[in-house]
Amino acid sequence: MTTRINLIGALVASCATFASATAQQAAVQLTLKDHRFIPAEAHARANAPLTIVLRNLDPTPAEFESKALRVEKVVAGGAQVSIEIRALAPGRYRFFDDYNEASTFGFLIVE
Amino acid sequence: MLGALIIVFREVIEAGLIVGIVMAATAGAPGRGRWIAGGVAAGVAGAALLAVFAEQLANALAGVGQELFNAGVLAIAVVMLASHNIWMARHGRDLAIELRTVGAAVTSGGRTMTALATVVGVAVLREGSEVVLFLYGVAISGAETTGALIAGGVLGLALGVATSALTFAGLVRIPPKYLFGATTTLITLLAAGLASQCVAFLQQAGLVGFLPDTVWDTSALLSDTSIAGRALHTLVGYADQPSGLQVLVYVTTLAAILIATRLARSAPPPRVASLTDAAPAE
Repeated sequence: MTTRINLIGALVASCATFASATAQQAAVQLTLKDHRFIPAEAHARANAPLTIVLRNLDPTPAEFESKALRVEKVVAGGAQVSIEIRALAPGRYRFFDDYNEASTFGFLIVE
Repeated sequence: MLGALIIVFREVIEAGLIVGIVMAATAGAPGRGRWIAGGVAAGVAGAALLAVFAEQLANALAGVGQELFNAGVLAIAVVMLASHNIWMARHGRDLAIELRTVGAAVTSGGRTMTALATVVGVAVLREGSEVVLFLYGVAISGAETTGALIAGGVLGLALGVATSALTFAGLVRIPPKYLFGATTTLITLLAAGLASQCVAFLQQAGLVGFLPDTVWDTSALLSDTSIAGRALHTLVGYADQPSGLQVLVYVTTLAAILIATRLARSAPPPRVASLTDAAPAE
């Protein structure tokens, strides 16, 4: 149990360092409104870590998910989350709302 | 209604397959129904609570609270499953020889029952909170009538439970002689799969930076969002676009559990009060 507490402590501590280290990296702004991502195609620079800031303007919760970006994150209705993304190779990365996958999706174009 | 049905079905299957395996692994143990029902009930209660605090959780710990929570829950499940297998390996000798003692051994091992109930609880907790959030979202958007929503949810739940029951029924049809081996194998694969999901959340949180690149992409062949892909994802940890670290952690967990159970098997079993009389001499 003590080990687990230490581990959690270490995780929290490394989180804090992590947050300050990534504060100035490139950010991509996304908005979710009426179950549509705006913009539906976002752009980012290749080979540099980035932050996606997602604002959910709908009253309903969504789960921002992308297999290619390896993200799975719940966004409550009316809330905002930021998601750290690793440095990406150029390409077209699909993301979607896991609760409405067929209709609510978009792409991140990395070039 | 269809949307509610599909989402509920999908999440119930994921938790249900785990419950099915745990039930098969404890087949014949008296009182296991109570343990498993307790795990499911705790999971459902936790899921509702989790959904209510979803936003706070998402913003906690510099924005990675959700990832750390998921990783923590998965890590607990991995440890519990591994310790169950090791415990069973230690007592496997007695169990293999005298099958009637399986029930007694599992009951006397209150620890391993607690471990398995915990696994059931955390599985229901994770998948259940997704169901609650989704249903809540549909309900407040007013896109569907409450009746249709409830009908879809109940139907999805029934189908999910039926599928899990079939898994369980299939497993317990395995002759008792092989059932122990089969559930041990399933639990080992399950644990390795959960460990790789756990590390995926740590990578998402940015806490683990190495081997981030995708090793293979089989999403065109078998997407892990399809029902079959999800079932395989839950059972053996199938991922259609895993990172290098996920693959490494999967293999490492698999190897670690196999080695630990082998060591436990060769070590003399500790004396368990209710077993010592029943255990045949070597």
